[in-house]
Amino acid sequence: IFGSPLTAPARAVNAFNADSPVRQRCPWASYMTNSPTLIVMIGLPARGKTYMSKKLTRYLNWIGVPTKVFNLGVYRREAVKSYKSYDFFRHDNKEAMEIRKRCALVALEDVKSYLLEESGQIAVFDATNTTRERRDLILNFAKENAFKVFFVESVCDDPEVIAANILEVKVSSPDYPEIHRENVMDDFLKRIECYKVTYQPLDPDAYDKDLSFIKVINVGQRFLVNRVQDYIQSKIVYYLMNIHVQPRTIYLCRHGESEYNLLGRIGGDSGLSARGKQFSQALKKFIEEQEIVELKVWTSQLKRTIQTAESLGVLYEQWKILNEIDAGVCEEMTYAEIEAKYPEEFAMRDQDKYLYRYPGGESYQDLVQRLEPVIMELERQGNVLVISHQAVMRCLLAYFLDKSADELPYLRCPLHTILKLTPVAYGCKVETITLNVEAVNTHRDKPSLNSSPVRMRRNSFTPRHHSLGSKPLHLLGPLPALQAREGAEQPQLELSPALPSPAFLTVTSPVPFSLQKMSTLAV
Amino acid sequence: MTNCPTLIVMVGLPARGKTYISKKLTRYLNWIGVPTKEFNVGQYRRDLVKKYKSFEFFLPDNEEGLKIRKQCALAALNDVRQYLSEENGHVAVFDATNTTRERRETIYKFGEENGYKTFFVESVCVDPEVIAANIVQVKLGSPDYVDCSNDEATEDFMKRIECYKNSYETLDETLDKDLSYIKIMDVGRSYLVNRVMDHIQSRIVYYLMNIHVTPRSIYLCRHGESELNLKGRIGGDPGLSVRGKEFAKSLAQFINEQNIKDLKVWTSQMKRTIQTAEALGVPYEQWKVLNEIDAGVCEEMTYEEIQENYPLEFALRDQDKYRYRYPKGESYEDLVQRLEPVIMELERQENVLVICHQAVMRCLLAYFLDKPAEQLPYLKCPLHTVLKLTPVAYGKCSGEAFKTHFILLENKLCLNK
Repeated sequence: IFGSPLTAPARAVNAFNADSPVRQRCPWASYMTNSPTLIVMIGLPARGKTYMSKKLTRYLNWIGVPTKVFNLGVYRREAVKSYKSYDFFRHDNKEAMEIRKRCALVALEDVKSYLLEESGQIAVFDATNTTRERRDLILNFAKENAFKVFFVESVCDDPEVIAANILEVKVSSPDYPEIHRENVMDDFLKRIECYKVTYQPLDPDAYDKDLSFIKVINVGQRFLVNRVQDYIQSKIVYYLMNIHVQPRTIYLCRHGESEYNLLGRIGGDSGLSARGKQFSQALKKFIEEQEIVELKVWTSQLKRTIQTAESLGVLYEQWKILNEIDAGVCEEMTYAEIEAKYPEEFAMRDQDKYLYRYPGGESYQDLVQRLEPVIMELERQGNVLVISHQAVMRCLLAYFLDKSADELPYLRCPLHTILKLTPVAYGCKVETITLNVEAVNTHRDKPSLNSSPVRMRRNSFTPRHHSLGSKPLHLLGPLPALQAREGAEQPQLELSPALPSPAFLTVTSPVPFSLQKMSTLAV
Repeated sequence: MTNCPTLIVMVGLPARGKTYISKKLTRYLNWIGVPTKEFNVGQYRRDLVKKYKSFEFFLPDNEEGLKIRKQCALAALNDVRQYLSEENGHVAVFDATNTTRERRETIYKFGEENGYKTFFVESVCVDPEVIAANIVQVKLGSPDYVDCSNDEATEDFMKRIECYKNSYETLDETLDKDLSYIKIMDVGRSYLVNRVMDHIQSRIVYYLMNIHVTPRSIYLCRHGESELNLKGRIGGDPGLSVRGKEFAKSLAQFINEQNIKDLKVWTSQMKRTIQTAEALGVPYEQWKVLNEIDAGVCEEMTYEEIQENYPLEFALRDQDKYRYRYPKGESYEDLVQRLEPVIMELERQENVLVICHQAVMRCLLAYFLDKPAEQLPYLKCPLHTVLKLTPVAYGKCSGEAFKTHFILLENKLCLNK
């Protein structure tokens, strides 16, 4: 059961035949499923709202759903340049209340702009939102703009957890630049008291029974889930139910140098070279020295990772989905051979390495989808060592370090190097450990962009990951007509004037889904 | 500890969907490769007490009744132990009301003694319409009421429920705070989840939160006949043949006639399914995970060529078609794993038409029809045939069974494989 995919499916919606009356046949409901979603955090200060907001945002972006956090504290700090004390947060401080409300409205305007004009699909509104009045304001705002709303409330009454949170993230907050630690704790606790007076938790039995929400209780010990509306809310719930805050370490590394690495060949299923075997031994020693409690070891189902793990002399699990990216027709070739035999493919890959799919193979985007269950299980686990491959490791690393799709295929993951990831505050600390065993360098930097247009093959364009939150079709301009759609190798596409005119279709930013199915561009 | 068997314990008054959930969950877990079996205590009772007389058997002061019921529960638990500890079962679903704390403690202790992790699944529902509908759907046809009229059966069953109500102790946030459980309220409107311990419990929770009972139909079919089908070659990414294109048109007509509300259409990312969907003239979604099984080095070969070039592989495949993995390709087992998100999303959705491929369709069908791994690779999924699956509860077993309705379209010209 490990490694069973629970991913956002890679989907594309076809272009309508511009002549068909089909648009009228689609009920409004199908557009609603693509509404942008507003996630609204709820909770007293130091309940982990920002932690969850950032983590959730990182996860959603990684699986391909454009998401952004809007933290009200940041807006407040902009408006009120210097924080003085908890008095600002007293509920009877009228002037401060005005400022705070104004900040909320400004933040919501930015949310609107992100979701309606900047192709965002999910906005996370990170603030206390502890009163019904404030939440009703947000619900009205969402209704006016046809956004779906999903609340995430964090409830915690364990004083130890709260104190730990304050120490971990509040002491270093911009609000407290120089004050002595104890004063910070004291002020912050008084700040929390200010909110407690007016806190109205979500009431699933009466007032809030028709809202969609998850209540996270005591850092994930218990959850109350109400009226999940759609796919993405279901994924969000699943994700929030799998993350934890126990300290632990994740080790990522590649297999030891392989025979094919030595020959400069990509893919395949070769065994370790002599140096690769040396690395395995060094890895074993390293792991022993780290003295890790209950370390799990995961490999792919390719020889080279398995051989690497074998040297460790511990139990390990093999995941097929950790296998290296499938290079399709280019498997086992050298880059020189690929350039000679498939010059167009070679060029296309450099143009958009994230979305480029090898003929008969995969793209990085496919890889991310395939790896999602690994990420989900990594979130559940404690200490884990993942022995994988270059492209795979880049995908995993991009998740932990919040790297964009543009950067992902160029992340440095050299052989015989271990990356040690430790969660810290809102992010992840990375330590690079180079075990002193020589290996070839398999990294290719992004070549300087040549501006000559590239003809895209029909299936080289990986359809957008998830058609959530995209604009309803009727808002888009006239649709391009597709000729020769019946399996011809290179259908021609006429662009309507409404479309932007790059040399070729850039697919790194979300594309309105009427354009999803375009196969080739005649340029 | 990570490989402890799991004991799932259902909790709830009669007619709350416990058996429906048990059967569905068991089917899902077996499909994804987790050996699971359900143990319905009512069945044990029917085996022991040959003839059901009336609700009075369930009265809380019926000493004889209580004795028999306890005996049945213990017999069932004994079988659970045999399944989990001796027969390599991973998950056992103990399907009974388990409405008192005392009963649940007995079961929990049993779990502890045997090294099982216990996870409770409680179904709470107060909506009288839902309960009435449940009774009509599955209780009236129960062996208990074979000689009664519908009205008599309903009256007796309502009294049966009353017998349990007084002693019903729902899972409590405080008293049961150390147990692992999910409480499902009002057929999935809301859920309370407490102390999920491990991966399998997390998966169970996710599954339970995604299923629904709204009536709907799922249509499964393959792409129209392809150019490679004509040549007897497997895999590849060919387009439709002439007859395949005709099928696509017939399919469009069929879909129109069915007048399906809000139908979603899904295809793979291979030409032949996409071309088939194109003919429908409706929006469709392309899923890479719906692509046909990857035959690795055997891609685009005929079976004769495979037998000639890879005779050993050819033989191995026939020995264990489910687990056999093509060199540099996939096995049916890999396919099931890859298709799991499709199943999960199919559970969430309502009316869906999935246009896919032979091996893929076999995997999906095996899930819906509860076919085991040995039978899966041999399920019949001919070209140009649409399977319409509609959940329907058979009279004799409560829980979900599918009525398969084979619809052969006009264009019945299938390639003889």
